[in-house]
Amino acid sequence: MSTLLISIITLGVLALLFAVILAAADAKLRVEVDPKIEEIDTILPQANCGACGYPGCKNYATAIVEKGEEINKCSVGGQPVTDLIAKIMGVESAATTKVVARVHCRGTEEAAKRKGYYEGIETCRAAALVSSGDKLCDWGCLGYGDCERSCPFDAITMMPDGLPFIDEEKCTGCGICVEECPKDILELHPIDENVMIFCRSQDPPKQSRAVCKNACIACNICVRKCPTGALTMENNLVYVVAPEKFTEECYGGIDKCPTGAINFVHPEKVVRTDKQENDKA
Amino acid sequence: MDLLIIFVSALLINNFVLSYFLGICPFLGVSNKLSSAVSMGMAVTFVMTITAIVTWPIYHLILAPYHLEFLEIVSFILVIASLVQFVEMFIRKTSEAIYDALGIYLPLITTNCAILGFALIAVLKNYTYIETIVFGVGAGLGFTLALVIMAGIREELDFADVPESLKGPGITLLVAGILALSFMGFAGLIK
Repeated sequence: MSTLLISIITLGVLALLFAVILAAADAKLRVEVDPKIEEIDTILPQANCGACGYPGCKNYATAIVEKGEEINKCSVGGQPVTDLIAKIMGVESAATTKVVARVHCRGTEEAAKRKGYYEGIETCRAAALVSSGDKLCDWGCLGYGDCERSCPFDAITMMPDGLPFIDEEKCTGCGICVEECPKDILELHPIDENVMIFCRSQDPPKQSRAVCKNACIACNICVRKCPTGALTMENNLVYVVAPEKFTEECYGGIDKCPTGAINFVHPEKVVRTDKQENDKA
Repeated sequence: MDLLIIFVSALLINNFVLSYFLGICPFLGVSNKLSSAVSMGMAVTFVMTITAIVTWPIYHLILAPYHLEFLEIVSFILVIASLVQFVEMFIRKTSEAIYDALGIYLPLITTNCAILGFALIAVLKNYTYIETIVFGVGAGLGFTLALVIMAGIREELDFADVPESLKGPGITLLVAGILALSFMGFAGLIK
């Protein structure tokens, strides 16, 4: 009995002693944290995805308050979060451009030929290690769904045609899938950007054509049809270098593309004036 | 002379990290940058020294006379946890940069087995008060030494052409193993 009592008293006194010391130290050493940081931190989505360029939401909140970082960097929270941060910081709200991941490949099961059949661990990363994948095209999507599994927001679905489909409503532009893809098929684009090259192949035209029906065959017709300089051709592949310059004058290139490698992401959103229609006719 | 032997022995021969294999978590976790390795080592050395100063009286003046040796681990943990809390406050107050660099590993000093291990070993070896303190400083500096060597190697390793499959943890563990092996060379230093 006495042992029990003594142990309790001993530990109790010790604990109390340390508690007092710590309390005193806390009073002396407390670091005043700007309450704004806490406030902004609670508003941020806590996805800790790193899309803003900081390791976590807390770091971004600190950077906003202390270093005057831009308030529109959180692509997960989007405009509502930016507006709320603006309110806290007492500044004018800035426009957040939502970015989304997009798939730069149309090598569907049907369009892209295979070298053979891969049997092994069902991930793109593993498949890519085996003679860089089972598709004849070395640049194309492997279709084992690493991006689907990596997406924390459930925005990516593997379609029956072997390519991922990205739900642009759900996609927050965090860029995790972009990192994950061993073939660099995915890329972040502002959501209002509508023209895209659905191919990554830098193979010579002949080879690209032989291995995939939908590949960019570097015929250059879209670049020639576009006088504004929105497109350029480099290493057997067309790049959209200035999406804002892709105006109506250039639409002819998309119509003329023999493989459909350059196309609108959302063709239904494209408004053509009569002049274009006439030209086409 | 005895004190010197205890010091060198804790520093090199029975190095806590590379010979007892205690405190491996921060050894691998905070050793990717030399500057944070130094401050982590200093924090651990500080905690170890104060632990030595505090735990010896607790054990020899309170626990042993009342035959409460079984409370040893609990009370040592209490001491260490409070100390780490204190160190954390102190570092946060003095240098935000170091605080950020140490990150989660700072509060994790609480559960750093090197420190509890040190306190228990000191009791086991029946050191006097002065000896325990010297032992604490030596063990802490030994930990710092291991961490700094490791950080130095890992900083160089960033420029090395490491085989793909060994990148990251693989090569780090290999380096740690070889380092531990080389520390065995000190074994004959003191008879």
